Order: sequence, then C-alpha cells, then structure tokens
Amino acid sequence: MKVIAALGRLWLVPVVLVAWEVVTRAAEQPFFPPPSAVLARMHEMWFSGPPSRLLLTDGALADLGPSMARLFSGWLLTAVIGVAAGIAIGCSPRLSDYVNPLIQFGRAVPPPLLVPFFLALLKLGTPAQLATIVFGVIWPILLNTIDGARTVDRQHLETARIFGLSAAQRLWRVILPSALPKIFAGLRLALSLALILMVIAEIFAGTDGIGYRLLYTQRSYLYPDMWGCIVLLGVLGYLLNSAFLLVERRVLAWHRGARQTT
Amino acid sequence: MLKITDLVHSYGPHRVLGGVSLSVAEGELVSVVGPSGCGKSTLLRSVAGLIRPSGGRITLGGQPVERTPDDLAIVFQDYSRSLFPWMSAANNVALPLRRKGLDRKQRREAAMAALDQVGLADAGNKYPWEMSGGMQQRVSIARALAYRPSLLLMDEPFGSVDAQTREDLEDLVLNVCAHHGMTILLITHDIDESVYVGDRVVVLTKSPTVVAADLVIDLGRIRDQIATRQLDAFVRLRAEVGRLVRGGGTGHTTESTSVLEKK
Ligand SMILES: Nc1ncnc2c1ncn2[C@@H]1O[C@H](COP(=O)(O)OP(=O)(O)OP(=O)(O)O)[C@@H](O)[C@H]1O
Ligand SMILES: [Mg+2]
Repeated sequence: MKVIAALGRLWLVPVVLVAWEVVTRAAEQPFFPPPSAVLARMHEMWFSGPPSRLLLTDGALADLGPSMARLFSGWLLTAVIGVAAGIAIGCSPRLSDYVNPLIQFGRAVPPPLLVPFFLALLKLGTPAQLATIVFGVIWPILLNTIDGARTVDRQHLETARIFGLSAAQRLWRVILPSALPKIFAGLRLALSLALILMVIAEIFAGTDGIGYRLLYTQRSYLYPDMWGCIVLLGVLGYLLNSAFLLVERRVLAWHRGARQTT
Repeated sequence: MLKITDLVHSYGPHRVLGGVSLSVAEGELVSVVGPSGCGKSTLLRSVAGLIRPSGGRITLGGQPVERTPDDLAIVFQDYSRSLFPWMSAANNVALPLRRKGLDRKQRREAAMAALDQVGLADAGNKYPWEMSGGMQQRVSIARALAYRPSLLLMDEPFGSVDAQTREDLEDLVLNVCAHHGMTILLITHDIDESVYVGDRVVVLTKSPTVVAADLVIDLGRIRDQIATRQLDAFVRLRAEVGRLVRGGGTGHTTESTSVLEKK
C-alpha cells in the first residue's frame, strides 16, 4: 500500500520530463537541449565505464573525485571546528556574550564575497576552496551547537552535579547528547550549503571538479554537457541529504522516541 | 549528621521558607510532610547545594554546605526529566558508579542488581521514554540506591507507582536505610507513609514555612506493612500528623508550639 502510494506521488516526474522533452524539441533552442540529449551526454561523459567501477568513467572520477573530496573534507573539518567551538561557547554565558556580535556579523557576510580575499591570501586551489567552504558552512553548525549546548535541561545538569560526574562525562554523556538533535539539524543544513559552496569555489578558484567542468562547458557552448552538470549536482544534493537523514535517524532514534511520548 | 538552622529562602519577594530548623542523625530516616507549595523541594534543593538559600545555615557532618556535597544522592520529584533519554535504564543507573572505582562489568552488575531491587529486572535495556511514569520513577530510585550515598534525599519518590509497588518500595527503602547505614530525608504528601517509614516525622506549615511539629515515631525499626499499620500507636500517630498537617492543634512537641507562637 505504502509503495503504491509513494509511486502514485511520483507520477508528476515523468510527466514533467515528457513535457520538457516535447517543448525543447519543438523550440529547437541551443540553450535548452531536450532531456534525452542531456541524459545521453551524461551517460557518455560519466556512466559508460566498466561494471567493475560501477560504470563510472575516467571523466566521472576526474570530475567527481576532487569535488567529493573537497565537499567532505570541508564539511567534516567545519563540523569538528563548529561543534567544538559551539559547545565551548554554549557552555559559557560569558564567552557567548563576547563572541555573539562577531558571529552575527560573520554569518551576515555572503560567503562568495570572500573568495577573492581567500584567493589573495591563500593559493589558488585547495586551500582557498576549503577556506570558502569552511567559512560559508560553519554558521548553521556553530549557531545550532551553541543553542543546543545552552539549552540542556537544567535538571539534567543538576543530576550530573549531584552524582558527581566528571567534566569529561558531563561533556560526552550529558551536554553533547542533549545538543545532538540541534547539531544534526545544523550539519544537515551545512551539507547542502557545502555543495553550493563547493561549486562556487571550483568556479572561482578551481582547476578541476564538477564546478570547474560546469564553467568550462558553459564557456565552450556545450549546453547539453552544461545541463548534465546541473542535473548531476541536483541528484548529488538529493542523495547526500537522503544519506544524511538515514544516519540521523539511526543516531537520534532515542530523540524521536522521546518526542513521541512527551 | 545533617543540621539545618533557621533556613530562609525567598524567590524574589515571595518568601517560601521562613526559618526552618531541623537536624537528622546518622542512619536516621526522617519524613517531611507539608502542604503543597510550602517549600519542601526548595528545602531539599538547598541541602543538595543546588540553590543558595537566602539565609540560615546547613551543615553536613559539621561542614557548611556550599556546593553539592560529595556523598549525596537525590530522587527528584520530577523524575521524568532526571533520567537521560539517550541512555538505557541500566546505563542511567550505572553512569554515576564510575567514580566509585567500579569497572565496566561491576557497574553493569550493580545496576542490574539495583533495578532488580525495584522490580525492574527485565527493563535494563529499555529507554526511559519506553517506560511508564512509575517505571521511570523506580529507575531513578534504583540509580540513587546503587550509588550508596551516605545521605539520600527523596522528593515524593513513590508518587507515580501503584499501591502494591509502593509498599514494596517503602520496605526497600527501610531495608537499605538499616543495612547500609544511609541517612534518608524523604518528602511525601502521604501521611500514612510518612509515619510508616519514618523514625521521625517533620510537619511543615504553609509558607513562609517553619517546622510545625517534629514527632518521634517510636514503632521500632522493624516494620511490617500489615502488622505495623494495625498498631494503636500507629493509628494514633497518623491521626496526630494528619491534624498537624491540616494546621490544627499541635501535639506534645514543645519546640513546634513555641515557633508558632512567635509568628
Ligand atoms: N525557581 C523558582 N522560581 C520562583 N518561584 C519558585 C521556584 N521554585 C519554586 N517556587 C515557588 O516556591 C514555592 C515552593 O516551591 P516548592 O517546589 O519548594 O514547593 P513544594 O513544597 O515542593 O510543593 P509540592 O508539594 O507541590 O512539590 C512555590 O510557591 C513555588 O511557586
Ligand atoms: Mg516539591
């Protein structure tokens, strides 16, 4: 029943695809190639490799490899920095008063504006790209972690105090777990931001990767290829989000359970 | 062991405790009864060092209580917010035992034994939110008992359990108090219970709260749910406490009458 219902909701996708195909074929505009042409190019560029490599071609590895490495290293690096700093700030009202204006200012700056600065400061390539991702992605993680650490149930902290939990136990067994639902919300938002910033970083400060490929195909008037990059990025974003939700559901099973009963 | 002198506490302009004096000897089980909102939880939280009272003195073993004392456990009134929902019942009970120098296996065993004592032998792997209110309350009692503190504070610890379990838990607390030499301060709103478990019953007035009466319950240390409750002395004491809680005529405690006259 559930499957049928889910399939029932998916009917719009083929309808849109077919309509798009018909319209683009009729229009014969070079900017808007029909989806069949886009898919054919995607297959040719990325997914016609040997089965032993999951059909991925050399081109796919060359485009996606560096991009994924950038995306994940940037995101993970930011997660570590953001959560550590967020817990420290959230646990100390004094520190949080001091840094709050800075955080508000920092997050108001649109991250792409800083690419020229990072380029001037760091080398073209990985350092500038990572800096762009870290700077753009850290805010939701930081703010959510601060909020999570600050709003630990008072009675949980009192319980920790009464039963003489050590500082490490308080951090790992009480503060971190109770901030975790908010941290995960921040991490998920950060993941989708990281994808955007990865593309921006590759466009402005890159020599390879899917973002660079996007720029290159656009400059070379290879519109089906360009659309292929856009579709691939969309699919990637969707897959990343789904994978993250899957992990979150496992890690925060207790949270869902607790919320259903109270 | 515990000595409270002229304890005063106000929340803003609202004076809750108006000079409570009370002492508890080592190994004694003192029950505290009083009308709702009279500051019983406030009293307990002051003893635990969770709030700094506006005035008065609290000493524990001769030392003034400034921070949370080391060898103390609480069963909070709001038990549902005192267990950690991200840990199973057994882990909730075992967590504080690390500082007692037990290794992982010993902690697990101690936790399971404590859960068994409160009748939850099979619930060790359940999470708090998978349990009823009464079960959560018993886990939080198990946690306090497994910790083996020298002073145990219990804030209406049996409020959410059925009558039969309640009697079992009363006997368990009596047992623990006798065998491990724990000193226990137990808040309850059940007059019957206060007399049954207490070596003494302290009756509090409405706020600003003072001690209305401090009765010695001379029923001996061995209590039995049926036999004890049938004793004439028990019936008399229960009636006495009941009258005092209702703010009626005071009994034979000279200390309490003098306090009331001063007001
Ligand atoms: N944090 C607080 N801030 C302000 N007022 C408070 C606070 N905690 C308690 N009070 C007030 O102090 C009074 C005593 O509260 P307390 O919880 O100590 O009473 P209690 O005797 O434990 O009541 P109950 O039997 O209902 O548990 C109440 O009037 C309550 O409204
Ligand atoms: Mg209370």
